[in-house]
Amino acid sequence: MSMKLSRRTFLKLTGTAAAASILAGSGFQSRLEAAEKIRVHYAREVPTICTFCGVGCGILCHVVKNEHNRDVIINTEGDPDHPINEGSLCSKGSSLYNVSYIYDSQGRPKPNPNRLTKPLYRAPGSDRWEEKDWDWMLETIAQRIKKTRDENFELTDTVDGRKVTVNRTNAIAWLGSAFCTNEENYLFNKMARAMGIINIDHCARL
Amino acid sequence: MTNHWIDYRNSDVFMNIGGNTAENHPISMKWIEKARETRGAKLIVVDPRITRTAAVADLYVPIRPGTNIAYLGGLINYVLENELYHKEYVLSYTNAAYLVSEEYDFDEETGLFSGIQDDPDRNAKKYDRSSWSYQTDSAGNPLKDPSLENPQCVFQLMKKFYAKYTLDTVSKITGCPKDILEESYRLYASTGKPGKAGNILYAMGITQFTHGSQNVRACAIVQLLLGNMGIPGGGVNAQRGQSNVQGSTDMAILYHIIPGYLSAPKAASHPTLADYIEKETPAPPCWWSNKPKYLISMLKAFWGEHATADNDFCYDYLPKLDHRDHSHIGLYKYMGEGEIKGLICWADNPAVTGPSAAAKRSYQSKLDWLVSVDIFENETASFWKKEAGANPKEIQTEVFLLPATASFEREGTKANSGRWIQWQWKAQDAPGECKADLQIAYELFKKLQELYAADPNATFPDPITKLKWDYEGEDGRVDIAKVCKEINGYTVADGQYVTNFVGLKDDGSTACGNWLFSGYYNNDENPACQSRIKETEGIGSNLGWSFAWPLNRRIVYNRCSADLQGNPWNPELQVFWWDEEGKLVKNLDIPDWPGAWSFEEAARFPYIMLPEGQARFFSNGMVDGPFPAHFEPAESPVPNLLYPKATFNPVSQRWYEGHLAETEEERSKYPYIMSTYRITEHYQSGIMTRNMPWLNETMPELFIEISEELAIELNIKNGETVLVESKRLLKNGEQKSIKAKACVTKRLKPMTVNGKQVHVVGMPFHWGYCGMRKGAITNDLSPSVGDANTTIPESKAFLCNIRKVG
Repeated sequence: MSMKLSRRTFLKLTGTAAAASILAGSGFQSRLEAAEKIRVHYAREVPTICTFCGVGCGILCHVVKNEHNRDVIINTEGDPDHPINEGSLCSKGSSLYNVSYIYDSQGRPKPNPNRLTKPLYRAPGSDRWEEKDWDWMLETIAQRIKKTRDENFELTDTVDGRKVTVNRTNAIAWLGSAFCTNEENYLFNKMARAMGIINIDHCARL
Repeated sequence: MTNHWIDYRNSDVFMNIGGNTAENHPISMKWIEKARETRGAKLIVVDPRITRTAAVADLYVPIRPGTNIAYLGGLINYVLENELYHKEYVLSYTNAAYLVSEEYDFDEETGLFSGIQDDPDRNAKKYDRSSWSYQTDSAGNPLKDPSLENPQCVFQLMKKFYAKYTLDTVSKITGCPKDILEESYRLYASTGKPGKAGNILYAMGITQFTHGSQNVRACAIVQLLLGNMGIPGGGVNAQRGQSNVQGSTDMAILYHIIPGYLSAPKAASHPTLADYIEKETPAPPCWWSNKPKYLISMLKAFWGEHATADNDFCYDYLPKLDHRDHSHIGLYKYMGEGEIKGLICWADNPAVTGPSAAAKRSYQSKLDWLVSVDIFENETASFWKKEAGANPKEIQTEVFLLPATASFEREGTKANSGRWIQWQWKAQDAPGECKADLQIAYELFKKLQELYAADPNATFPDPITKLKWDYEGEDGRVDIAKVCKEINGYTVADGQYVTNFVGLKDDGSTACGNWLFSGYYNNDENPACQSRIKETEGIGSNLGWSFAWPLNRRIVYNRCSADLQGNPWNPELQVFWWDEEGKLVKNLDIPDWPGAWSFEEAARFPYIMLPEGQARFFSNGMVDGPFPAHFEPAESPVPNLLYPKATFNPVSQRWYEGHLAETEEERSKYPYIMSTYRITEHYQSGIMTRNMPWLNETMPELFIEISEELAIELNIKNGETVLVESKRLLKNGEQKSIKAKACVTKRLKPMTVNGKQVHVVGMPFHWGYCGMRKGAITNDLSPSVGDANTTIPESKAFLCNIRKVG
């Protein structure tokens, strides 16, 4: 057998070890000890909240510094101190690591190749993405928003014969998001209303 | 949720209706199991399909999709007929005794209430709700009959309304055998006994209907009748499907509200701040009498020093709504008509999740520009690609796709279903040039402010240039603590945190971004949302873990956990203790009444957000009726048995001509009822999970579940690829279809509906043309027709056809 264990083989082995310790008659305490032995002792533990459903399970991320002095996760698992999930996770929650890393055929982790890492732009009529820098992207997006808003802005409307200040644009729509944090959504709402946007919705309604 | 996940352990009977806890909220099942182990709790699952939750239920109740009100109406009738309701609760805490106007009426032929009018703008009907009101004395106080015998009292009207929902009729409509119906009613009604707790759990399986909001109302009526609201183990609990869908709703990423569930101002009714306050503010002691404080504090948080009493605190800067619907279905229609020219999409993928998605993707080509922010390339941003079936050359839309960070690469808070606002710490530095949405939003708006400041000819720049946007931290990065402080609220003069929303003022002296969150981050050292103190004994409130809105309260309406004298209905789950002088001496949850109130005062007004302070069986708050009435879905194979001349919900807007299969001939072309749903191994549009190999391995591709009986009829074998069609894919006489693998299963059975056999089929919707695993988009089939109150699309019951390939 190769020295490099695939994740599945690894799980099988640890499962067997735990089962063996129960059979040996030393019971629950031994299982805890066995679990303690396979914990990641050299990494920093950072608690996070699962990104999937609305239960709000706690997840512990094990974090180390990589060769570029950046924090990287080497493992994620259910947070045993979290009162709701008490350490357990579902299939999605326990796969969170996959968002960042997947395994190659040798069982070695590598960055998930599908993660977006650079801003991408698609020109009118084009059949491809092109990489652009952030400054150009944000500057261009701001210009598009401004042009569309200013050309389609209603200062007032007549309602039942009365002139009413409405300060709105119907030409821009804003969606999202239930994935984002409260602080992000707060800023979204604040900036969207300030621009006069009224077409506002997100996946809560879908 | 009115209660929270851990509180499930306090329930005696669960009714899981239109939700699939084991599949879609898997970890919360442990709290249902805990109640079963420790209390002998029973689990009822009401669902068209034997789901993973139904598989472990004590009682499985199969009903046809779209017949929840018939089922729940039958339960209401059963409880009333057999006098199984919680009499003291109903009399003390609800509007059962209130007398209703003699003008109120209901027509049992058409299913229409009094006040019906045509609404040609929406190609539907609407109600003048003035007759759905209480009789009042000369001072305007509602008249009541505590004997509950007056035929005009809410209780008697409700009894009369649901008298038609007999076991026979409900069985014919739902297709559920009578004995199972009755057994489920008997079991759930057992929680009407004081001291017992019944818990209704639901999800999109009751909301995604043209009458979805009334489904939820029917649940609330059941819970009030049985005295299950405001008690440990009770409640109407919406199990939410996304990690922060509660918070994104609280923060008003919805056109019709602004943060903290205040109405978004409308041009017609709220042209000025004075109009808004007059129309939107009820009299005290209703808690909404504080609304002006919350609105004005929000305006101060938005426009800072520029918001003064002299300029109505910049109220004019807030956009005013027109009379139209600007929700998902509406705004995509306006996009198709060319009115919307720019779309900004944050971690949202409507090209997969929206109804009639194929049509919607084609509408996106009318846009001048589209911005998408995501961690993976998604279908919405890539709608112009060949893989999407488009011709890139013909699409002139500019698309900007910005790389965001994953959840564990950013910090901030998320509100779970139980309203717990928990801090999510950042664990890892994001790869490449990814930025958190907070940073992107911050930088983008700063750019916009610079552009407006530099352009003397800009159109009305003030709301933008004057918006308070001072969140700068180190190195040009946004300082999240500053955002948190603004949301929590502070006093303007000295910048000190307000403790909670009780400290907010309507004179401009306080600023607060969202009153409901006030208290979640009211100091720098140890904000409540970061607190991690687990409860060691108690009723599961975990008051030291995170912060639950409002005011860290875990069970809302919790005064109702005790009788008028303050004695708990269930002494084993006592929440509050008062001494002989009536002073609160111990509490296991945060009281849902003002601190100055005695327990008697609190008992007179336990539903503090309502003007009458008591819960409503009869309500004028819904646009489509004061009582939930059974309507068929927009596409249904059978007529309405209860109200023979009824169409589908008459108040639901008809958006597109020829969109629905409504004639006899069309129904025969699309004979099967389709219900869409989610599965454990994938998430929403699938754009995250389809890029996660472990999950793709467990659930690799799209499938359609069909019963063994239908498989025999159609000669379809398990694993065979089939074509699925709906009226949405009928274009110029040509019927298109999507492909899916047939999953022939015992989980679905043909149903007998009023003597007619109908087949129900089901499909998940997590696939698309991007990512590591691809598949057809189920929502290409679903109709753009929505609930009358919320416009949530009817994804749980529409008609389709299935064909063998070739």
